[in-house]
Amino acid sequence: MASDNILELNRLQKCFGGVVAVSDLSLLVNKGAITSLIGPNGAGKTTIFNLITGFLEPTSGHVRFAGRRLSKMRPHRIAAAGIGRTFQNVQIFSQMSVLENIMVGRHLRSRAGIFYSAALPPFLRKEEKKIRQAAEKQLHFLGLAEQAHLPAGSLPLGSQRMLEIARAMALEPKLLLLDEPASGLNARETIAMGELIEKIRQMNISVLLVEHDMDLVMEISDRVAVINFGRLIAKGTPAEIQANEDVIAAYLGE
Amino acid sequence: MKGRNSAGFLALIVAIIVTPSLVTNDYYLGTLIFAAFNCLACVGLCLLMGYAGQISIGHGAFVAIGAYTSGILTAKLAWSPWLAMVCAVLIVIVIAFCLGIPALRLKGHYLAMATLGFASIVHIVSVAAIDLTGGPAGIVGIPRLDLFGYALNSEKQYFYFSWSIVAIGVYLAFNLINSRVGRGLRAIHGSEDAAASLGISITAYKVQVFILSAVFASVSGSLYAHYVNYIDPGPFDVSHSVLLVTMVAVGGLHNIWGAFIGAVALSLLPEILSFLSDYLLVVGIHYQPDYDTLVYGGILLIIMLFLPEGIFAGISNSVGAVASSVRKLAGKKDDGLG
Amino acid sequence: MNHTDGGLVDVLQFLIMGVQRGSIYAMVAMGFNMIYNATGIINFAQGEFVVLGGLMMVTLTMAFNLSIVFAFILSVIFVMIAGILMERLTINPVKQPSVLRLIIITIAVSIIIKGAAMCFWGKGSHYMRHFSSDTSLDFFGATILPQTLWIFLILFFVVVAYIVFFNFTMTGKCMRACAINRDAARLAGINDRKMVMLSFALSAAIGAIAGIIITPIIQMDYARGAMLGLKGFGAAVLGGLGNSMGAVVAGVLLGVLEALGAGYISSHYMDAIALVILLFVLFIRPSGIFGSSEAMRLKEF
Repeated sequence: MASDNILELNRLQKCFGGVVAVSDLSLLVNKGAITSLIGPNGAGKTTIFNLITGFLEPTSGHVRFAGRRLSKMRPHRIAAAGIGRTFQNVQIFSQMSVLENIMVGRHLRSRAGIFYSAALPPFLRKEEKKIRQAAEKQLHFLGLAEQAHLPAGSLPLGSQRMLEIARAMALEPKLLLLDEPASGLNARETIAMGELIEKIRQMNISVLLVEHDMDLVMEISDRVAVINFGRLIAKGTPAEIQANEDVIAAYLGE
Repeated sequence: MKGRNSAGFLALIVAIIVTPSLVTNDYYLGTLIFAAFNCLACVGLCLLMGYAGQISIGHGAFVAIGAYTSGILTAKLAWSPWLAMVCAVLIVIVIAFCLGIPALRLKGHYLAMATLGFASIVHIVSVAAIDLTGGPAGIVGIPRLDLFGYALNSEKQYFYFSWSIVAIGVYLAFNLINSRVGRGLRAIHGSEDAAASLGISITAYKVQVFILSAVFASVSGSLYAHYVNYIDPGPFDVSHSVLLVTMVAVGGLHNIWGAFIGAVALSLLPEILSFLSDYLLVVGIHYQPDYDTLVYGGILLIIMLFLPEGIFAGISNSVGAVASSVRKLAGKKDDGLG
Repeated sequence: MNHTDGGLVDVLQFLIMGVQRGSIYAMVAMGFNMIYNATGIINFAQGEFVVLGGLMMVTLTMAFNLSIVFAFILSVIFVMIAGILMERLTINPVKQPSVLRLIIITIAVSIIIKGAAMCFWGKGSHYMRHFSSDTSLDFFGATILPQTLWIFLILFFVVVAYIVFFNFTMTGKCMRACAINRDAARLAGINDRKMVMLSFALSAAIGAIAGIIITPIIQMDYARGAMLGLKGFGAAVLGGLGNSMGAVVAGVLLGVLEALGAGYISSHYMDAIALVILLFVLFIRPSGIFGSSEAMRLKEF
């Protein structure tokens, strides 16, 4: 049983002062599937992402990833454990080039330390070349190869979101958390984003998606979980969710 | 290093080689030697401030610790200067580590104040710990450095030596920023959250670059001590730390060459001003060296208000703009012909 | 002093000295807080306001022979103008600055004020006559200068004026509103830019008052700004940045700890004591002794 789930949220709770942002949330994310987390604005979706990736510490409950408990682990440790993520407000390194952004993503797959980097770069040539090749491969995968040497900040938003995903993919994660990847994208870009996420799943990477674009969610998700006021109110296949009365009520703001 | 930076580096080497034959006056050569000390400290500080985005108004303290360690060990205990310099670096590494771990968790204003407070404490200790530092009287009789048995006695020799160290420092800095670690640092500057989400340990990286920049400062302090042969707390008060930040900011935070140019320009400024003072007297302004502080402040403020990327970026941007408009004009001509 | 009659008298003497120093730190800290609350900026030129106030007072009383009251008012106005100029010329014109740039701008202003003070007043320290008599009074065996009493009194008045201004005047309430939520305040029709200017003016005024009242005791010179600023910042952080009543308590506490340290540990390291406390507070509890740990977790330091 356990081996089917890559991620397990166990009675997760998060309070800010007196405000309960996430309440008693238990959820399983299947391996190799696309699971979507939906809910009205302010339902606590991004908070859940931050709890999973170590940017916030749960008030109670815990997260289990690939059979391992992620308690009190700092974000960079969780990345090393195999969880990649993107951010709701795109967080690319705008001063660096597109290629360099992805090369940063290869951080965990390379080892050079500060001494060798500064004093003995010839010894690192091989590793640098490997980093660069892997990054270029990601760029081709996303069709951003032509922009490789532009400052990342100069890309249009759609490409920036793609770049952010490419950067997280460069980690070679087992699970990818995407926080509203289609927000701010036009219809054409949204379709491209959907195709990209499908492709990622085909590479046997599990995806947890937060998204407001319902067409996209219903089209690509295997499972959907609905959150409202920090609570799980429904879960199931897209078809089940679309027929669920509670969900419709939550969205209509009853 | 590649492209434009290696061209710049080559220019630096050439400049180091030819300068002593152009500047024959020992006094001016001495000024340029002092500029080398500031340059080294500023290149290190630039890695911390410009690339990793962490401010320190306390690097004068590391210069002081380097200078005092070298001074005490060589003048009082007759150690070899080289051994003393290595020892100074080790001490600075330990201190920077102990300070960096708690301090670099702070951000912005808090970090600035913490480092400023540290610099102030080090200055107070250098004045008060008379047994160790000689107090206000300082330490005399610090020997000159020797290189493979040759004492670096003349100004020219010390010029070559200290600027070679600067060149090595610049070389190391450029290697670093274009490496895995350098990309990590720049990533931290861009977005700490994103960097952490890619597996970069923010604290470890900040502390490492803090230590590295402190080592640059320490070596610059040791070189200073062995050049002037005596040290007292005077040059190492808080305003020295502020001066280093000023140099980096005036030249340009986000580029090693910027910090380099800022350090050289502001180190030479007192000489330039005293040179200009003769002309100012003609127009009725009686310029005195006491006004220098005011001029420093004024330059820093004007740069920060109107050219926040610093002189270097200002120059290279305007050169770039001219070049691209020339290219555009040329392009239009081609179109017209075609 | 002789130890047979007086461990306690010593303590009392140190306490008086400590509260006197601490009063100055408290006022510098209040100045930091005013600008911080209005803008989120830590003004590195805060200590320079203190120096400027003190030196101006020296000139007006000693060279121009003005009465203390008149010179006091003129000096405060002079430094307020300097504060307003600083805001208008260096803070206001900069659109969306980075923190680093703001820090360096206020550092630049501090260098300029320091440089200008050195040009006008020279490098020496300046004597100024006390507000009233300069013969010490006896206070349970310890001595206390009338000037010290003036310092206590003026600190008291500044604190009362501060409370009245921020709690009972419309302008003060508007400033508080801006500090809590600038966008909301703007929506309510408050001119937030004017509030920023006002915060610089008031902050400069408090700094000037601190400089004026301490100058007869410490003999002001142009280079004191950095240390006064740092210790005042220490008080501000200890009291919880932005919390001015906390700053008053913390400032006095810092002064007392410093005086006790100077008396019982080493007077050479006296200046370092407050700074070591500053570092410890920053490293261990950056929200200060009065800040809640809940708030500390939500806030960025």
